[in-house]
Amino acid sequence: MAVSLIAPTAPAPPTAALGAGPGFVVQLETFAGPLDLLLHLIREEQIDISDIPIARIADQFLQVIHDLGLNQAADYLDMAGRLLRIKAQMLLPRRADEEGWEDPRHELVRRLLEYQQIREIADWMERMAERQADHHARGYLPPPPELPPPPLTLDLLELLQAVERVIAGIPPSVLHQVVPRPLDVEGATRRIEGLLAERESFGWLEALGPRPTIVEVLSTLLALLELARRGVLRLFQPASFAPMVITRDTARPAD
Amino acid sequence: MTPLAQLIEAALFSASRPLTVEELQVLDPDATLADVRAALAQLRDHYDFDGHGVELKELAGGYQVLTRPAFAAAIERAQIAVRTPKLTAAALETLAVIAYRQPVGRAEIEEIRGVSAGGVLRSLQERGLIEVVGRSEALGRPLLYGTTSKFLELLGLGDLAELPRAEELSVALQPPRPAAPETADAAAYVPAES
Repeated sequence: MAVSLIAPTAPAPPTAALGAGPGFVVQLETFAGPLDLLLHLIREEQIDISDIPIARIADQFLQVIHDLGLNQAADYLDMAGRLLRIKAQMLLPRRADEEGWEDPRHELVRRLLEYQQIREIADWMERMAERQADHHARGYLPPPPELPPPPLTLDLLELLQAVERVIAGIPPSVLHQVVPRPLDVEGATRRIEGLLAERESFGWLEALGPRPTIVEVLSTLLALLELARRGVLRLFQPASFAPMVITRDTARPAD
Repeated sequence: MTPLAQLIEAALFSASRPLTVEELQVLDPDATLADVRAALAQLRDHYDFDGHGVELKELAGGYQVLTRPAFAAAIERAQIAVRTPKLTAAALETLAVIAYRQPVGRAEIEEIRGVSAGGVLRSLQERGLIEVVGRSEALGRPLLYGTTSKFLELLGLGDLAELPRAEELSVALQPPRPAAPETADAAAYVPAES
């Protein structure tokens, strides 16, 4: 006998009233969880909880989570899996007098009853909380209301002084003119290579050339670092804060 | 009213939470616990029989002066006080499990409710209705939760013994499994194998 495990074919008229729609977040709030949904189905069908027709309920459960789009919610899928497993176990043939056979629905029934009890307590607690909400305690502190500003009373001198203080507090505006000054690392590299071709060693200031701009300084520094990395030259600083000395790297032949 | 009853009234008026008999006794070094209880009874009668808008309620193991329910609607309509917001079904179920099984770990709560409980536990903790009361000896040493006195205040209960007992509920159920620390096992559901 072929047993289809995913068989949401059974029509589920009682659940039609729940309303199906897109977006499972809203629908999730209809039920507090898979057990709640299961209890709802059992109540709708007026089934004896200790003798659940598991095949029918499992199919309906699948139908509802399909209709409500709950199949993204792991908790519901977990329950669906358990139901199908119990359904499969119920389908296994067994002899009537088989010893030690335990109804696979037993654990589910225990959980449903336990959950039903919790629900009943939760309902009781809700009623109690609602009743208690009718009592207000002292010590309720609402957020302080916004006080209306007091009417201004001041003379002209005070006003001018206040204006003075405000103006003094404004920091002088610093305006920067942003101009594109592209780095010219290639040019600096060529210049340094030219110097290296002439001399074994020279100083940082010579590498910079006369009257360098900030961009030239940066370009030169980057070119020096790049050349040092490639092993063309070596950078050496004889003392702290002294100008760098640039030496041709003879140990490693430049490529 | 006796001077002690007046003193206790002033203390209860100044507090924003229920005060225990022991706390009230500190007010007057000469007063015994019995004196405090007698003064509380006098204060309650004073409110009940002399026509007052407030009453003395026994709450969360202490006493608090609260407004009478008859005036709640008017007070709320005038926006003088705000009604405590209702709890969601998920929050109520989680509170119910914790109230009855405490100290209880997250795994057992999720097993009973059939849904994950992380978010609800956090918001209940933020509202001060539950607190971490310890750690289980089980694998991973999960946190164990219990209800707070604020929970009792929310429901208007004197103590946890006022919760309905299992046999008072309409749903029959075999006695709950011992509040087991091995909740990790309970989470792994194994259907009965034949």
